Amino acid sequence: MATEPVSLQIYLACGTLLFVMGLHALVVRRHLLLKILAINIMGSGIFMVLLGVAAGGDGGVDPVPHALVITGIVVALSATAVALVLMLRVKAATGLARLPRSGPED
Amino acid sequence: MATGGYMLLLILLSSLLPGVAIFFLREQQFALRTALNLGGATLKFLLIIALLVGVYRDGKTYSLSVNLLPGIDLVLAADALSLLFATLSAVLWLVTTIYAIGYLEDSPNRSRFFGFFSLCVSATVGIAFSGNLITLLIFYEILTLATWPLVVHRGTAESFRAGRIYLAYTLLGGAVLLGAVVWLTLLAGSEPFVAGGYLRHLSADQGPVLIMIFAMLMAGFGVKAALLPLHSWLPRAMVAPAPVSALLHAVAVVKAGAFGIVRVLNDVYGVELAADLGVTLPLLLLAIMTIVYGSVRAVFADDLKQRLAFSTVSQVSYIILGVALAGPIGAVGGLVHLVHQGVMKITLFFCAGNFAETLGIHRVDEMRGVGRRMPWTMTAFTLAALGMIGIPPLAGFISKWYLGLGALEAGMAWVTGVLVVSSLLNALYFLPPILRGWFSRREGPWPDERHGGRRLETHWMLLLPTVTVAAMALGMGLLASLTISPLYWVTFIVEFEYGYDHIWRAIFEWETP
Amino acid sequence: MPLAAVMADVLLAPWLVILPLAGALLAGLWPAAARWWGLLTALLTPVMALLLALQVHAQGPVILDLGGWAPPLGITLVVDGLASLMVLMTAGVGLAISLYALGYLGGTDRGRWFWVLWLWLWAAMNALYLSGDVFNLYVTLELVVLASVALVALAGGAAPLVAAMRYLLVSLLGSMAYLMGVALLYGAYGTLDLQGLGAQVVLSSAPMLAAVLMTVGLLAKSALFPLHVWLPPAHGSAPAPVSAALSALVVKVSFYLILRLWLTVFPALPLSGLDVLMGALAAGAVLWGGLMALRAPRLKQVVAYSTVAQVGYLFLLFPFLRAHPEGWKAVVFFAVAHGVAKAAVFLAAGTLQRAAGHDRLAELGAVMRGRLKTSFALGIAGAGLVGLPFTGGFIAKWLLVQTALEAGLWIWALVVLGGGLLAGAYVFRLLGPAFEPGPADRGRPLPAVMEWVPLALALLTIGLGFAGSPALSLLARTLAGGGG
Repeated sequence: MATEPVSLQIYLACGTLLFVMGLHALVVRRHLLLKILAINIMGSGIFMVLLGVAAGGDGGVDPVPHALVITGIVVALSATAVALVLMLRVKAATGLARLPRSGPED
Repeated sequence: MATGGYMLLLILLSSLLPGVAIFFLREQQFALRTALNLGGATLKFLLIIALLVGVYRDGKTYSLSVNLLPGIDLVLAADALSLLFATLSAVLWLVTTIYAIGYLEDSPNRSRFFGFFSLCVSATVGIAFSGNLITLLIFYEILTLATWPLVVHRGTAESFRAGRIYLAYTLLGGAVLLGAVVWLTLLAGSEPFVAGGYLRHLSADQGPVLIMIFAMLMAGFGVKAALLPLHSWLPRAMVAPAPVSALLHAVAVVKAGAFGIVRVLNDVYGVELAADLGVTLPLLLLAIMTIVYGSVRAVFADDLKQRLAFSTVSQVSYIILGVALAGPIGAVGGLVHLVHQGVMKITLFFCAGNFAETLGIHRVDEMRGVGRRMPWTMTAFTLAALGMIGIPPLAGFISKWYLGLGALEAGMAWVTGVLVVSSLLNALYFLPPILRGWFSRREGPWPDERHGGRRLETHWMLLLPTVTVAAMALGMGLLASLTISPLYWVTFIVEFEYGYDHIWRAIFEWETP
Repeated sequence: MPLAAVMADVLLAPWLVILPLAGALLAGLWPAAARWWGLLTALLTPVMALLLALQVHAQGPVILDLGGWAPPLGITLVVDGLASLMVLMTAGVGLAISLYALGYLGGTDRGRWFWVLWLWLWAAMNALYLSGDVFNLYVTLELVVLASVALVALAGGAAPLVAAMRYLLVSLLGSMAYLMGVALLYGAYGTLDLQGLGAQVVLSSAPMLAAVLMTVGLLAKSALFPLHVWLPPAHGSAPAPVSAALSALVVKVSFYLILRLWLTVFPALPLSGLDVLMGALAAGAVLWGGLMALRAPRLKQVVAYSTVAQVGYLFLLFPFLRAHPEGWKAVVFFAVAHGVAKAAVFLAAGTLQRAAGHDRLAELGAVMRGRLKTSFALGIAGAGLVGLPFTGGFIAKWLLVQTALEAGLWIWALVVLGGGLLAGAYVFRLLGPAFEPGPADRGRPLPAVMEWVPLALALLTIGLGFAGSPALSLLARTLAGGGG
């Protein structure tokens, strides 16, 4: 893969950057909506890496990563839906759309 | 499955199944519970007799093995030493069951008590019939599990504290033991117990490892045998009801530890290898320290059961002393004490229970004049206590005699000095209760008299077992030369397992001119 | 044998996914009859799982391309000893959980949802165990997560919802890390197949990075100390059958995945440093989980912290992995023994909680005395957790100590033995209230099945005490990787 075009490197780098940014936000942000968005951004980063991988093969574009991304999007969509519903329930039950800070160790 | 293995299984189940059934009985089902208890105990007794007949008259062998892991089996087998311990357990269980039924009359949670009591005996018999070290470990751990509920049976804060300490000691001991057994199995495989041990081919290069494992095994078994410095759970466990103290201290727990030590020394390492490794002398010294320490503490204990507990700490180490002398005569003394101490100590605990239950006597100084009020119990107490001191011709004398001879034979004459000192200490703590009981006069009422104005001095179910075991203790001493006596049996074991045929014959001819 | 000959040609593996999936769909379509569909599924699946294990034991691993589509586009099912043992464990515990749930939930509205989600979870777990490629594993992993989160939230109320949310976030984070690892592996080797990857992976930066991402992500899901904080509230506040499913089964899923990856895909990577680090975390888990279990005031919390502690043993896997070729089998046997015992303990705790109306340990004495069968189940299964003899836990502990000593790693043997002592302390603490003086009280009336099922599972832990040899010989039929 020594002869990768520069644009491919940008895809991989951006994908990784998105993943790291998402991770940072997931840890730092307290609002649940932001956390859920952060996870989606992480997912987008991974999809970008996969697309870069697909374009990087020798004999043209590799279709398998595309299939993976499509499936991944479906999975991410379902997970996001569940997370959003759960967030609404948490808001309804506790009045706050974030997790209580108090330690779970008690 | 070898021939007759079902017999061993049946002996285990004869206390396990009634035990499980008893748990689910209601408190009021007295008759059914008693029937199950006594039925199981009697059946076990008869089965053991059948086993004895099978082994000694018909020359059959009994063994049963179940695979646990590749190369590792659960093995039950009956050799002479197993039969000795199993018979002791079965006989004492029968009498203790009768005693416990009388003792716990009207007290709460009897179903639970008898359930765990039966589990406890099943585990003890399992220990007796263990055919290899892993099986022994398994039943040894089960015994821990089954005795804890008995220690905390009364449910008071004090008994929970005793239970916690008991668990801390025994679980820690169990963990050390597990580590040692796994290690040994890795080195030598899962071999059956065999006279003379099965580690000889390892000894050349594995010496330090074998010494390490030996120390771990002694620590593991030493917890239950109450070897110094692992003894302090035992006096605290005295909060349990008297039948538990009697059975735990005479047979089940402490003897399981001592039995384990005997097994390791005789049938895993072998006496010769152990002596070559130089591990018998430290064990001997530890046993001696325990003997002296237990006796000294017993002298200063005012509570009768505490005094008996410290006496147990001391007396169980006689067994270990005997085998650690690494000679046949000492081994006879140690092994015969396994039986003698069991019978004498159970008598003493029954008596203590009778005093407490009938008159509310718990302390030695409350025993003044009790001999007039309860002559039968006091006679039993006197016989057993004198036996413990080692007055001829009682059972304890036989043990001490052989231990002394064994020490001379092993060229350690100073050990006889220890025996003398210990006997003096025994006298120092057993004579005061005897003298007070018979010769002092009672002034004022008993602390808490419950069985007044009846024909017998106390409930017959308390008295009968006490008198029976006292008679056994007397008989074992008086009739030691008969072929059914524990002494004869033990000499047979030693002859067979140690392979010291000529020495044994020499002693026997000398004993019965 | 004619039976074996017939069996050899039957394709069993797909049915282990189809059956629970169909059950879930039917339970969703006919909510009124949901529990009967659940019961039917729960009775059929273990039969299939048993047949599958026998088949694998008789003829070795089976590889199936579903619908004749070859990978990478088709889905491959791989059935070997490890997979079939996990499926069998899931089936046994699953049957117990299902029967228990019949009594616990009855015909309530909540119960209908339970059946859909639970059968869904079961299908997802089976699919995961049988998957043969890393992406398929990702999808099934997400299915497991979504179903379990929904099950935790099923209890309603603030605490379970917050616990579910926290669990979901941690799990999604783990999944994302795992998926990134998948992308890296595909980028480097152009295949997703576990065996195919295993044949190609050599020591280089891409697989190293993938291994770290995937392992850390899965560690968070399996709640290894110090990533465990989400577990006790989630497992402790869920309804009893859900707690049992989570603690006994779902935790094992991510452990299985880690094991599979390191066994098949990454054997070429060195473990230097990682094994010590993971061993230290494992020891930390055993210690911390045990101490917290000693302090927790409520029964189900104690049991949940016990899971934190016992997860620690699972990750002794790493020190064993290279030091001892058979070491992982000891850990798998431990996982199975723990699964059965933990399910029994959680179900018994649920029964006591229902009967007493609360699960404050100090006040449970009367009900424990009144509900003897359940207390026995708690005691026997607790003995299994401690690793006392005649239980699967003892055999597991023996194997772990043996492995550690054989490999010369005596420090991990000490961890196992010391952890057993801590477990002893908290298990006997659980049983203590039963021995306090006082009246016996059966509490609220309960269906009999809620007493019998925990007892039956507890007896199964005793059965596992004699299942060491068969389990190990089944595990011997596992596909390992490393150069194909």
